[in-house]
Amino acid sequence: MGELAKTPLHDLHVELGAKMVPFAGYSMPVQYPMGVLKEHLHTRAQAGLFDVSHMGQVILSGPSWEAVALAFEALVPMDVLGLADGRQRYGLFTNEAGGIEDDLMFARRGEELFVVVNAACKVADIARMRAGLPEEIVVRELGNRALIALQGPGAAAVVEDLDPTAREMRFMDVADLSLCGHSVWASRSGYTGEDGFEISVAADEVETLVRSLLEQRDVAPIGLGARDSLRLEAGLCLYGHDVNAMTGPVEAGLSWALQKVRRAGGARAGGFPGSDAVLQAFSEGVARKRVGLRPEGRAPMREGVQLFDADAGGAQIGTVTSGGFGPSVGGPVAMGYVTAEHANAGARIWGEVRGKRMPVDVVALPFVPANFKR
Amino acid sequence: MKFTEEHEWLREEDGVMVVGITTHAAEQLGDVVFIELPEEGATVSKDDEVVVIESVKAASDILAPVDGEIVEVNSALADNPGAVNEDPQGEAWFFKMSVSDASQMDEFMDEAAYQKFIA
Repeated sequence: MGELAKTPLHDLHVELGAKMVPFAGYSMPVQYPMGVLKEHLHTRAQAGLFDVSHMGQVILSGPSWEAVALAFEALVPMDVLGLADGRQRYGLFTNEAGGIEDDLMFARRGEELFVVVNAACKVADIARMRAGLPEEIVVRELGNRALIALQGPGAAAVVEDLDPTAREMRFMDVADLSLCGHSVWASRSGYTGEDGFEISVAADEVETLVRSLLEQRDVAPIGLGARDSLRLEAGLCLYGHDVNAMTGPVEAGLSWALQKVRRAGGARAGGFPGSDAVLQAFSEGVARKRVGLRPEGRAPMREGVQLFDADAGGAQIGTVTSGGFGPSVGGPVAMGYVTAEHANAGARIWGEVRGKRMPVDVVALPFVPANFKR
Repeated sequence: MKFTEEHEWLREEDGVMVVGITTHAAEQLGDVVFIELPEEGATVSKDDEVVVIESVKAASDILAPVDGEIVEVNSALADNPGAVNEDPQGEAWFFKMSVSDASQMDEFMDEAAYQKFIA
Protein backbone atom coordinates (compact mmCIF):
# COMPACT_ATOMS: atom_id res chain seq x y z
CA MET A 1 0.00 0.00 0.00
CA GLY A 2 1.30 3.44 -0.87
CA GLU A 3 1.26 6.63 1.16
CA LEU A 4 -2.12 7.29 2.76
CA ALA A 5 -4.01 10.36 1.59
CA LYS A 6 -5.12 12.92 4.17
CA THR A 7 -8.33 14.89 4.32
CA PRO A 8 -8.11 18.65 5.02
CA LEU A 9 -9.16 17.85 8.61
CA HIS A 10 -6.33 15.40 9.28
CA ASP A 11 -4.31 17.66 11.58
CA LEU A 12 -7.43 18.62 13.52
CA HIS A 13 -8.30 14.94 14.07
CA VAL A 14 -4.83 14.34 15.47
CA GLU A 15 -5.11 17.46 17.65
CA LEU A 16 -8.45 16.17 18.99
CA GLY A 17 -6.77 12.91 20.01
CA ALA A 18 -8.25 10.69 17.31
CA LYS A 19 -6.91 7.22 16.66
CA MET A 20 -6.12 7.29 12.94
CA VAL A 21 -6.48 4.18 10.77
CA PRO A 22 -6.15 3.46 7.05
CA PHE A 23 -9.52 3.47 5.30
CA ALA A 24 -10.04 3.43 1.52
CA GLY A 25 -6.55 4.81 1.00
CA TYR A 26 -7.01 7.62 3.54
CA SER A 27 -5.82 8.12 7.07
CA MET A 28 -9.13 8.49 8.92
CA PRO A 29 -10.24 8.86 12.56
CA VAL A 30 -11.75 5.57 13.77
CA GLN A 31 -12.49 7.05 17.19
CA TYR A 32 -11.74 10.01 19.43
CA PRO A 33 -10.94 9.80 23.16
CA MET A 34 -14.69 9.45 23.92
CA GLY A 35 -14.62 5.96 22.34
CA VAL A 36 -16.89 4.21 19.85
CA LEU A 37 -19.70 3.32 22.29
CA LYS A 38 -20.10 6.81 23.75
CA GLU A 39 -19.66 8.46 20.35
CA HIS A 40 -22.50 6.33 19.01
CA LEU A 41 -24.81 7.16 21.92
CA HIS A 42 -23.85 10.83 21.78
CA THR A 43 -24.91 10.98 18.12
CA ARG A 44 -28.28 9.34 18.89
CA ALA A 45 -28.91 11.73 21.79
CA GLN A 46 -27.22 14.98 20.73
CA ALA A 47 -25.14 15.75 17.64
CA GLY A 48 -22.13 14.06 16.08
CA LEU A 49 -19.76 15.66 13.59
CA PHE A 50 -18.15 13.36 11.01
CA ASP A 51 -15.39 13.99 8.47
CA VAL A 52 -16.41 12.29 5.23
CA SER A 53 -14.07 14.26 3.00
CA HIS A 54 -12.60 11.02 1.66
CA MET A 55 -15.78 10.52 -0.35
CA GLY A 56 -15.87 11.58 -3.99
CA GLN A 57 -17.76 14.76 -4.92
CA VAL A 58 -18.57 15.23 -8.59
CA ILE A 59 -20.54 17.76 -10.62
CA LEU A 60 -22.13 16.73 -13.91
CA SER A 61 -23.05 19.59 -16.22
CA GLY A 62 -24.25 19.85 -19.79
CA PRO A 63 -26.39 21.83 -22.17
CA SER A 64 -29.49 21.51 -19.96
CA TRP A 65 -30.83 19.72 -16.87
CA GLU A 66 -32.76 17.36 -19.16
CA ALA A 67 -29.57 16.45 -21.04
CA VAL A 68 -27.66 15.80 -17.81
CA ALA A 69 -30.48 13.83 -16.19
CA LEU A 70 -31.20 11.61 -19.19
CA ALA A 71 -27.51 10.91 -19.69
CA PHE A 72 -27.12 9.90 -16.04
CA GLU A 73 -30.16 7.61 -16.30
CA ALA A 74 -28.09 5.44 -18.66
CA LEU A 75 -25.80 4.63 -15.69
CA VAL A 76 -28.29 4.32 -12.81
CA PRO A 77 -31.73 2.68 -12.51
CA MET A 78 -33.19 5.78 -10.82
CA ASP A 79 -35.60 8.49 -11.88
CA VAL A 80 -33.15 11.35 -12.36
CA LEU A 81 -35.21 13.43 -14.78
CA GLY A 82 -38.06 13.69 -12.28
CA LEU A 83 -35.84 15.07 -9.54
CA ALA A 84 -36.96 18.55 -8.53
CA ASP A 85 -34.42 21.31 -8.11
CA GLY A 86 -33.13 21.25 -4.54
CA ARG A 87 -33.87 17.56 -4.01
CA GLN A 88 -31.59 14.57 -3.50
CA ARG A 89 -31.95 10.83 -4.11
CA TYR A 90 -30.15 7.61 -3.22
CA GLY A 91 -28.76 5.84 -6.27
CA LEU A 92 -26.80 2.84 -7.51
CA PHE A 93 -24.36 2.25 -10.31
CA THR A 94 -25.21 -1.15 -11.79
CA ASN A 95 -23.09 -3.47 -13.94
CA GLU A 96 -24.08 -5.56 -16.98
CA ALA A 97 -25.04 -8.49 -14.73
CA GLY A 98 -27.35 -6.26 -12.68
CA GLY A 99 -24.94 -6.18 -9.72
CA ILE A 100 -24.14 -3.03 -7.77
CA GLU A 101 -20.85 -1.27 -8.59
CA ASP A 102 -21.36 1.46 -5.97
CA ASP A 103 -24.08 3.29 -4.11
CA LEU A 104 -24.29 7.05 -4.19
CA MET A 105 -26.29 10.18 -3.48
CA PHE A 106 -27.24 12.56 -6.25
CA ALA A 107 -28.79 16.00 -5.95
CA ARG A 108 -30.12 18.50 -8.42
CA ARG A 109 -28.48 21.89 -8.09
CA GLY A 110 -30.18 24.01 -10.73
CA GLU A 111 -29.17 22.64 -14.12
CA GLU A 112 -26.37 20.52 -12.63
CA LEU A 113 -26.21 17.16 -10.87
CA PHE A 114 -24.12 16.86 -7.70
CA VAL A 115 -23.01 13.26 -7.10
CA VAL A 116 -21.37 11.88 -3.95
CA VAL A 117 -19.74 8.44 -4.20
CA ASN A 118 -17.84 6.11 -1.87
CA ALA A 119 -14.15 6.76 -1.33
CA ALA A 120 -13.05 3.24 -2.25
CA CYS A 121 -14.97 3.38 -5.55
CA LYS A 122 -14.46 6.98 -6.58
CA VAL A 123 -11.71 6.45 -9.14
CA ALA A 124 -13.72 3.72 -10.86
CA ASP A 125 -16.93 5.73 -10.59
CA ILE A 126 -15.43 8.80 -12.22
CA ALA A 127 -13.95 6.65 -14.99
CA ARG A 128 -17.39 5.01 -15.41
CA MET A 129 -19.06 8.40 -15.74
CA ARG A 130 -16.44 9.75 -18.14
CA ALA A 131 -16.73 6.64 -20.32
CA GLY A 132 -20.48 6.19 -20.08
CA LEU A 133 -21.73 9.75 -20.52
CA PRO A 134 -21.87 11.55 -23.87
CA GLU A 135 -19.22 14.10 -24.72
CA GLU A 136 -21.53 17.04 -24.00
CA ILE A 137 -21.74 16.06 -20.32
CA VAL A 138 -18.80 17.41 -18.33
CA VAL A 139 -17.65 15.32 -15.34
CA ARG A 140 -15.86 17.51 -12.82
CA GLU A 141 -14.39 16.00 -9.65
CA LEU A 142 -14.45 18.55 -6.83
CA GLY A 143 -11.04 17.82 -5.34
CA ASN A 144 -11.08 21.24 -3.68
CA ARG A 145 -14.16 20.55 -1.53
CA ALA A 146 -14.41 18.81 1.83
CA LEU A 147 -17.48 16.98 3.13
CA ILE A 148 -18.68 16.77 6.71
CA ALA A 149 -21.84 15.44 8.31
CA LEU A 150 -23.63 16.72 11.40
CA GLN A 151 -26.02 14.03 12.63
CA GLY A 152 -28.38 13.52 15.53
CA PRO A 153 -31.44 15.09 17.14
CA GLY A 154 -29.39 18.15 18.11
CA ALA A 155 -28.11 18.82 14.59
CA ALA A 156 -31.14 20.79 13.44
CA ALA A 157 -30.93 23.36 16.23
CA VAL A 158 -27.22 23.94 15.56
CA VAL A 159 -27.60 24.43 11.80
CA GLU A 160 -30.90 26.32 12.01
CA ASP A 161 -29.45 28.77 14.55
CA LEU A 162 -26.55 29.48 12.22
CA ASP A 163 -28.74 29.82 9.12
CA PRO A 164 -32.54 29.96 9.60
CA THR A 165 -32.98 28.95 5.92
CA ALA A 166 -32.30 25.40 7.10
CA ARG A 167 -35.65 25.37 8.92
CA GLU A 168 -37.36 24.99 5.55
CA MET A 169 -35.32 21.89 4.67
CA ARG A 170 -36.94 18.46 4.91
CA PHE A 171 -35.28 15.04 4.57
CA MET A 172 -33.37 14.85 1.26
CA ASP A 173 -33.65 18.59 0.49
CA VAL A 174 -30.48 20.39 -0.59
CA ALA A 175 -29.80 24.11 -0.17
CA ASP A 176 -27.00 26.64 -0.10
CA LEU A 177 -26.46 27.83 3.47
CA SER A 178 -24.13 30.24 5.19
CA LEU A 179 -22.61 28.70 8.32
CA CYS A 180 -20.31 30.88 10.45
CA GLY A 181 -19.47 32.94 7.38
CA HIS A 182 -18.81 29.95 5.12
CA SER A 183 -20.89 29.26 2.01
CA VAL A 184 -21.82 25.60 2.02
CA TRP A 185 -23.94 23.13 0.06
CA ALA A 186 -26.07 21.33 2.59
CA SER A 187 -28.37 18.34 2.26
CA ARG A 188 -30.72 17.14 4.97
CA SER A 189 -29.52 13.55 4.96
CA GLY A 190 -26.94 11.24 6.43
CA TYR A 191 -25.83 7.73 7.24
CA THR A 192 -27.00 7.31 10.83
CA GLY A 193 -30.80 7.09 10.67
CA GLU A 194 -30.95 10.42 12.50
CA ASP A 195 -31.99 13.86 11.33
CA GLY A 196 -28.97 15.82 10.21
CA PHE A 197 -27.04 17.47 7.44
CA GLU A 198 -24.27 16.59 5.04
CA ILE A 199 -22.26 19.69 4.29
CA SER A 200 -19.93 20.31 1.33
CA VAL A 201 -17.56 23.23 1.82
CA ALA A 202 -14.35 24.54 0.27
CA ALA A 203 -11.42 22.42 1.48
CA ASP A 204 -9.47 25.47 2.67
CA GLU A 205 -12.41 26.60 4.85
CA VAL A 206 -13.46 23.30 6.38
CA GLU A 207 -11.16 23.35 9.39
CA THR A 208 -12.39 26.80 10.48
CA LEU A 209 -15.99 25.70 9.98
CA VAL A 210 -15.49 22.48 11.94
CA ARG A 211 -13.81 24.32 14.82
CA SER A 212 -16.84 26.65 14.96
CA LEU A 213 -19.30 23.74 14.83
CA LEU A 214 -17.45 21.89 17.61
CA GLU A 215 -18.00 24.95 19.83
CA GLN A 216 -21.77 24.67 19.41
CA ARG A 217 -23.84 23.08 22.15
CA ASP A 218 -24.00 19.25 22.10
CA VAL A 219 -21.60 18.79 19.13
CA ALA A 220 -18.81 16.20 19.44
CA PRO A 221 -16.47 14.73 16.82
CA ILE A 222 -17.35 11.14 15.86
CA GLY A 223 -15.13 8.56 14.17
CA LEU A 224 -15.65 5.81 11.62
CA GLY A 225 -16.23 3.17 14.32
CA ALA A 226 -19.45 4.80 15.51
CA ARG A 227 -20.37 5.72 11.95
CA ASP A 228 -20.43 1.99 11.20
CA SER A 229 -22.52 0.97 14.21
CA LEU A 230 -24.93 3.88 13.61
CA ARG A 231 -25.53 2.94 9.97
CA LEU A 232 -25.85 -0.74 10.88
CA GLU A 233 -28.57 -0.01 13.45
CA ALA A 234 -30.24 2.19 10.82
CA GLY A 235 -30.25 -0.79 8.42
CA LEU A 236 -28.16 1.07 5.83
CA CYS A 237 -25.87 -0.83 3.47
CA LEU A 238 -22.10 -0.51 3.50
CA TYR A 239 -20.74 -0.87 -0.01
CA GLY A 240 -18.31 -3.77 -0.44
CA HIS A 241 -19.98 -5.61 2.45
CA ASP A 242 -23.81 -5.58 2.29
CA VAL A 243 -23.92 -4.75 -1.40
CA ASN A 244 -21.30 -5.40 -4.06
CA ALA A 245 -20.87 -6.29 -7.73
CA MET A 246 -22.45 -9.71 -7.10
CA THR A 247 -25.62 -8.46 -5.37
CA GLY A 248 -28.55 -6.98 -7.25
CA PRO A 249 -30.80 -4.17 -6.00
CA VAL A 250 -33.86 -6.42 -5.52
CA GLU A 251 -32.14 -9.05 -3.39
CA ALA A 252 -30.39 -6.23 -1.50
CA GLY A 253 -33.79 -4.90 -0.45
CA LEU A 254 -33.23 -1.69 -2.39
CA SER A 255 -36.22 -1.98 -4.74
CA TRP A 256 -37.59 1.22 -3.19
CA ALA A 257 -34.66 3.10 -4.73
CA LEU A 258 -35.81 2.17 -8.26
CA GLN A 259 -38.69 4.49 -9.07
CA LYS A 260 -41.61 3.09 -11.09
CA VAL A 261 -40.70 5.08 -14.18
CA ARG A 262 -37.56 2.92 -14.62
CA ARG A 263 -39.30 -0.42 -13.95
CA ALA A 264 -41.22 -2.58 -16.44
CA GLY A 265 -44.18 -0.61 -17.77
CA GLY A 266 -42.64 2.75 -16.77
CA ALA A 267 -42.15 5.56 -19.29
CA ARG A 268 -38.36 5.15 -19.19
CA ALA A 269 -38.17 1.48 -18.19
CA GLY A 270 -34.74 -0.17 -18.34
CA GLY A 271 -31.95 1.45 -20.29
CA PHE A 272 -29.35 1.12 -17.50
CA PRO A 273 -26.51 -1.42 -17.21
CA GLY A 274 -27.91 -4.85 -16.38
CA SER A 275 -31.51 -3.70 -16.77
CA ASP A 276 -32.65 -7.07 -18.14
CA ALA A 277 -31.37 -8.89 -15.05
CA VAL A 278 -32.72 -6.28 -12.64
CA LEU A 279 -36.18 -6.14 -14.22
CA GLN A 280 -36.26 -9.94 -14.29
CA ALA A 281 -35.52 -9.98 -10.55
CA PHE A 282 -38.54 -7.71 -10.06
CA SER A 283 -40.86 -9.92 -12.09
CA GLU A 284 -39.61 -13.36 -11.09
CA GLY A 285 -38.42 -12.76 -7.55
CA VAL A 286 -35.00 -13.52 -6.09
CA ALA A 287 -33.46 -16.58 -4.46
CA ARG A 288 -31.99 -14.70 -1.49
CA LYS A 289 -32.65 -11.46 0.32
CA ARG A 290 -30.84 -9.07 2.64
CA VAL A 291 -32.42 -9.18 6.10
CA GLY A 292 -31.90 -7.85 9.59
CA LEU A 293 -30.50 -10.37 12.07
CA ARG A 294 -30.83 -10.23 15.83
CA PRO A 295 -28.58 -12.81 17.51
CA GLU A 296 -29.89 -14.12 20.82
CA GLY A 297 -27.61 -13.49 23.77
CA ARG A 298 -24.73 -11.05 23.74
CA ALA A 299 -22.18 -12.52 21.32
CA PRO A 300 -21.77 -10.34 18.21
CA MET A 301 -22.04 -12.06 14.82
CA ARG A 302 -19.64 -10.36 12.46
CA GLU A 303 -19.18 -10.32 8.71
CA GLY A 304 -18.60 -13.82 7.33
CA VAL A 305 -20.54 -15.75 9.99
CA GLN A 306 -22.38 -18.60 8.26
CA LEU A 307 -26.12 -18.99 8.79
CA PHE A 308 -27.91 -22.34 9.03
CA ASP A 309 -31.50 -23.64 9.15
CA ALA A 310 -30.89 -25.88 12.15
CA ASP A 311 -29.05 -25.81 15.47
CA ALA A 312 -27.01 -28.82 14.31
CA GLY A 313 -26.50 -30.26 10.84
CA GLY A 314 -28.95 -28.74 8.38
CA ALA A 315 -27.98 -26.60 5.45
CA GLN A 316 -26.19 -23.29 5.15
CA ILE A 317 -28.84 -20.77 4.11
CA GLY A 318 -26.89 -17.54 4.22
CA THR A 319 -24.02 -15.40 5.47
CA VAL A 320 -23.67 -12.31 7.65
CA THR A 321 -22.42 -9.29 5.68
CA SER A 322 -22.23 -6.74 8.53
CA GLY A 323 -22.51 -7.30 12.21
CA GLY A 324 -21.45 -6.11 15.59
CA PHE A 325 -22.74 -4.62 18.78
CA GLY A 326 -25.55 -2.09 18.52
CA PRO A 327 -25.05 0.38 21.37
CA SER A 328 -28.58 1.84 21.11
CA VAL A 329 -30.12 -1.64 20.78
CA GLY A 330 -27.99 -2.81 23.69
CA GLY A 331 -27.04 -6.06 22.03
CA PRO A 332 -25.68 -7.67 18.91
CA VAL A 333 -27.16 -6.70 15.53
CA ALA A 334 -26.30 -7.86 12.02
CA MET A 335 -27.39 -7.93 8.41
CA GLY A 336 -26.90 -10.64 5.88
CA TYR A 337 -28.32 -12.56 2.98
CA VAL A 338 -30.53 -15.60 3.51
CA THR A 339 -32.52 -17.78 1.12
CA ALA A 340 -35.95 -16.31 0.33
CA GLU A 341 -37.80 -18.94 2.37
CA HIS A 342 -36.02 -17.77 5.53
CA ALA A 343 -36.20 -14.06 4.72
CA ASN A 344 -39.39 -13.28 6.64
CA ALA A 345 -39.29 -11.40 9.92
CA GLY A 346 -39.79 -13.87 12.73
CA ALA A 347 -37.88 -16.73 11.12
CA ARG A 348 -35.52 -18.52 13.50
CA ILE A 349 -32.11 -19.43 12.09
CA TRP A 350 -28.67 -20.15 13.57
CA GLY A 351 -25.29 -18.51 13.13
CA GLU A 352 -22.05 -20.39 13.69
CA VAL A 353 -19.64 -18.51 15.95
CA ARG A 354 -16.40 -20.21 17.01
CA GLY A 355 -17.82 -23.58 16.02
CA LYS A 356 -21.06 -23.15 18.00
CA ARG A 357 -24.51 -22.62 16.51
CA MET A 358 -26.22 -19.65 18.16
CA PRO A 359 -29.89 -18.76 17.63
CA VAL A 360 -30.67 -15.73 15.47
CA ASP A 361 -34.01 -14.07 14.70
CA VAL A 362 -34.67 -12.63 11.27
CA VAL A 363 -36.07 -9.15 11.91
CA ALA A 364 -37.29 -6.15 9.94
CA LEU A 365 -34.82 -3.33 9.37
CA PRO A 366 -33.99 -0.81 10.75
CA PHE A 367 -33.08 -1.84 14.30
CA VAL A 368 -33.57 1.74 15.47
CA PRO A 369 -36.48 3.77 14.01
CA ALA A 370 -35.44 6.49 11.59
CA ASN A 371 -35.66 9.99 13.02
CA PHE A 372 -35.83 12.04 9.83
CA LYS A 373 -37.55 15.38 9.37
CA ARG A 374 -40.20 14.50 6.80
CA MET B 1 1.34 -8.39 40.27
CA LYS B 2 3.03 -10.11 37.32
CA PHE B 3 2.50 -9.41 33.62
CA THR B 4 2.70 -11.52 30.46
CA GLU B 5 3.64 -10.59 26.92
CA GLU B 6 0.01 -11.40 26.05
CA HIS B 7 -0.99 -8.38 28.18
CA GLU B 8 -2.45 -10.37 31.03
CA TRP B 9 -1.84 -9.74 34.71
CA LEU B 10 -1.66 -12.31 37.50
CA ARG B 11 -2.12 -11.54 41.16
CA GLU B 12 -1.75 -14.14 43.90
CA GLU B 13 -4.69 -14.40 46.28
CA ASP B 14 -5.31 -17.19 48.79
CA GLY B 15 -2.99 -19.59 47.01
CA VAL B 16 -4.46 -19.16 43.52
CA MET B 17 -3.71 -16.71 40.71
CA VAL B 18 -6.29 -14.09 39.76
CA VAL B 19 -6.00 -13.32 36.03
CA GLY B 20 -7.17 -10.36 33.95
CA ILE B 21 -5.99 -8.09 31.16
CA THR B 22 -3.94 -4.96 31.56
CA THR B 23 -5.14 -1.38 31.31
CA HIS B 24 -3.04 -1.08 28.16
CA ALA B 25 -4.78 -4.10 26.58
CA ALA B 26 -8.22 -2.77 27.52
CA GLU B 27 -7.40 0.58 25.91
CA GLN B 28 -6.24 -1.17 22.74
CA LEU B 29 -9.37 -3.32 22.57
CA GLY B 30 -11.79 -0.42 22.94
CA ASP B 31 -15.26 -0.78 24.42
CA VAL B 32 -15.76 -4.41 25.45
CA VAL B 33 -19.26 -5.71 24.63
CA PHE B 34 -19.08 -9.47 25.19
CA ILE B 35 -17.08 -11.91 27.28
CA GLU B 36 -17.21 -15.70 27.25
CA LEU B 37 -15.59 -17.21 30.33
CA PRO B 38 -14.29 -20.76 30.83
CA GLU B 39 -16.05 -23.44 32.88
CA GLU B 40 -15.16 -23.56 36.54
CA GLY B 41 -13.23 -26.75 37.15
CA ALA B 42 -11.76 -26.90 33.65
CA THR B 43 -8.18 -28.11 33.37
CA VAL B 44 -6.21 -25.87 31.04
CA SER B 45 -2.75 -25.81 29.51
CA LYS B 46 -0.61 -22.75 28.95
CA ASP B 47 -1.70 -20.93 25.75
CA ASP B 48 -5.14 -22.60 25.60
CA GLU B 49 -7.81 -20.13 24.49
CA VAL B 50 -9.80 -19.75 27.67
CA VAL B 51 -11.67 -16.46 27.30
CA VAL B 52 -13.25 -14.84 24.26
CA ILE B 53 -13.52 -11.10 24.51
CA GLU B 54 -15.27 -8.98 21.91
CA SER B 55 -14.98 -5.24 21.68
CA VAL B 56 -16.83 -2.90 19.35
CA LYS B 57 -13.95 -3.50 16.96
CA ALA B 58 -13.08 -7.20 16.97
CA ALA B 59 -12.95 -10.51 18.79
CA SER B 60 -9.83 -11.52 20.73
CA ASP B 61 -8.78 -14.66 22.55
CA ILE B 62 -7.29 -14.62 26.01
CA LEU B 63 -4.84 -17.45 26.60
CA ALA B 64 -4.24 -19.42 29.76
CA PRO B 65 -0.99 -17.97 31.15
CA VAL B 66 0.09 -21.27 32.78
CA ASP B 67 -1.03 -24.89 33.18
CA GLY B 68 -3.62 -25.40 35.90
CA GLU B 69 -7.28 -25.52 36.82
CA ILE B 70 -9.90 -22.79 36.59
CA VAL B 71 -11.27 -22.56 40.12
CA GLU B 72 -13.55 -19.51 39.79
CA VAL B 73 -14.77 -17.17 37.05
CA ASN B 74 -16.00 -13.59 37.39
CA SER B 75 -19.51 -14.28 36.13
CA ALA B 76 -20.55 -10.65 36.77
CA LEU B 77 -18.60 -9.74 33.62
CA ALA B 78 -21.06 -11.58 31.36
CA ASP B 79 -23.75 -9.02 32.18
CA ASN B 80 -21.39 -6.08 32.47
CA PRO B 81 -18.55 -6.54 29.97
CA GLY B 82 -17.90 -2.78 30.02
CA ALA B 83 -16.31 -3.25 33.46
CA VAL B 84 -13.19 -4.39 31.59
CA ASN B 85 -12.76 -0.84 30.32
CA GLU B 86 -13.56 0.74 33.68
CA ASP B 87 -11.37 -1.30 36.01
CA PRO B 88 -9.33 -3.86 34.05
CA GLN B 89 -6.69 -4.42 36.74
CA GLY B 90 -9.15 -4.54 39.63
CA GLU B 91 -12.84 -5.47 39.65
CA ALA B 92 -12.79 -6.86 36.09
CA TRP B 93 -10.65 -9.96 36.69
CA PHE B 94 -11.57 -12.89 34.42
CA PHE B 95 -10.84 -16.04 36.38
CA LYS B 96 -8.89 -17.54 39.26
CA MET B 97 -6.72 -20.57 38.57
CA SER B 98 -4.50 -22.98 40.42
CA VAL B 99 -0.98 -23.29 39.05
CA SER B 100 0.46 -26.77 38.35
CA ASP B 101 3.99 -25.68 37.58
CA ALA B 102 5.13 -22.50 39.31
CA SER B 103 8.30 -22.39 37.18
CA GLN B 104 6.11 -21.31 34.22
CA MET B 105 5.76 -17.99 36.01
CA ASP B 106 9.47 -17.26 36.04
CA GLU B 107 9.39 -15.55 32.67
CA PHE B 108 6.64 -13.08 33.63
CA MET B 109 7.41 -9.41 33.98
CA ASP B 110 7.07 -7.11 36.94
CA GLU B 111 5.25 -3.80 36.54
CA ALA B 112 8.37 -1.84 35.54
CA ALA B 113 9.40 -4.41 32.93
CA TYR B 114 5.86 -4.49 31.52
CA GLN B 115 5.73 -0.70 31.24
CA LYS B 116 8.99 -0.88 29.31
CA PHE B 117 7.57 -3.70 27.16
CA ILE B 118 4.58 -1.64 26.02
CA ALA B 119 6.44 1.67 25.69
